[in-house]
Amino acid sequence: MDGLNIPLSHILLVSSLLFSVGMLGLMMRRNIIFILMSLEVMLNSTALAFVAAGAHWGQPDGQIVFMLILSVAAAEVAVGLGLVLQIQRRFKSLDMDNANRMQG
Amino acid sequence: MLEISLFYIAATVALVATILAMTRANAIHALIYLIVSLLAVAVIFFLIGAPFAAALEIVIYAGAIMVLFVFVIMMLNLGEEGDAREKQWLSPAVWAGPTLLAVILFAELLYIISSVEGPVSTAQVTAKQVGLTLFGPYVLAVEIASMLLLAGLVGSYHLGRRALDRNIDEADARALFNSDPNSDPNSDPNSDPNSDPNSDPNSDSNAGRGEQ
Repeated sequence: MDGLNIPLSHILLVSSLLFSVGMLGLMMRRNIIFILMSLEVMLNSTALAFVAAGAHWGQPDGQIVFMLILSVAAAEVAVGLGLVLQIQRRFKSLDMDNANRMQG
Repeated sequence: MLEISLFYIAATVALVATILAMTRANAIHALIYLIVSLLAVAVIFFLIGAPFAAALEIVIYAGAIMVLFVFVIMMLNLGEEGDAREKQWLSPAVWAGPTLLAVILFAELLYIISSVEGPVSTAQVTAKQVGLTLFGPYVLAVEIASMLLLAGLVGSYHLGRRALDRNIDEADARALFNSDPNSDPNSDPNSDPNSDPNSDPNSDSNAGRGEQ
């Protein structure tokens, strides 16, 4: 991989584009499954930024933060999909607007 | 030069796949596009000298997490009417405002990033270096991650278990209200309704729950 000369700003550009698309999906979708997918996209784009920064300095710290983000994403998806099952069971719909009141 | 063009191709694939994933009506189609996007990001990781992160991206993100999504979508059993409802939700009146806000925030990010300069280091950060750092100075972070995963495990078990219990309660209620309350729920529903008037219906439902 010698002679590789990707500018750091271009990788950060890709990362911020992915983050913006994920945030757009988070704001415009109502289906809770798509909201969770948008969260995954956003977490993944921040992980890309961390790994790129770590590669820029030649240090392994970026990949360690990537692994922490990975475990956060796994835990979040496990709990979030459990909530999806509960919401589908209770409201017979995946529309998040149905779940705007806490009824205990 | 080849690696640089590989990077731009992978970045384009990631962006296009993510945009397609965010605009699909069918959840499974969106999920497949999302997997393609994650694989493209893994290619970028490999190109910038992080092979361990690339492997983890494929194994955990594209493998484990996306398979979890697939299983949940299969359990929800969304049909064609779900697709029609999704298409109705995706009207321009819905996405115009969020798109404007996202573009504004992206322009701000672009302005901040434009001051960053310098290339990405050509040297690979190997898995050995990552492991030594992870279990050396970052060992507390490993503990925190394990506590987080334990909390996620307990939380998802709790949510799934409550769903299971409610199913059983509904089955008991149906057995109590639709057929004779004193009959065994596992017995023939056409049996004699006045067979045993002295038995307790709660004990019957508890016995049924224990068997299920």
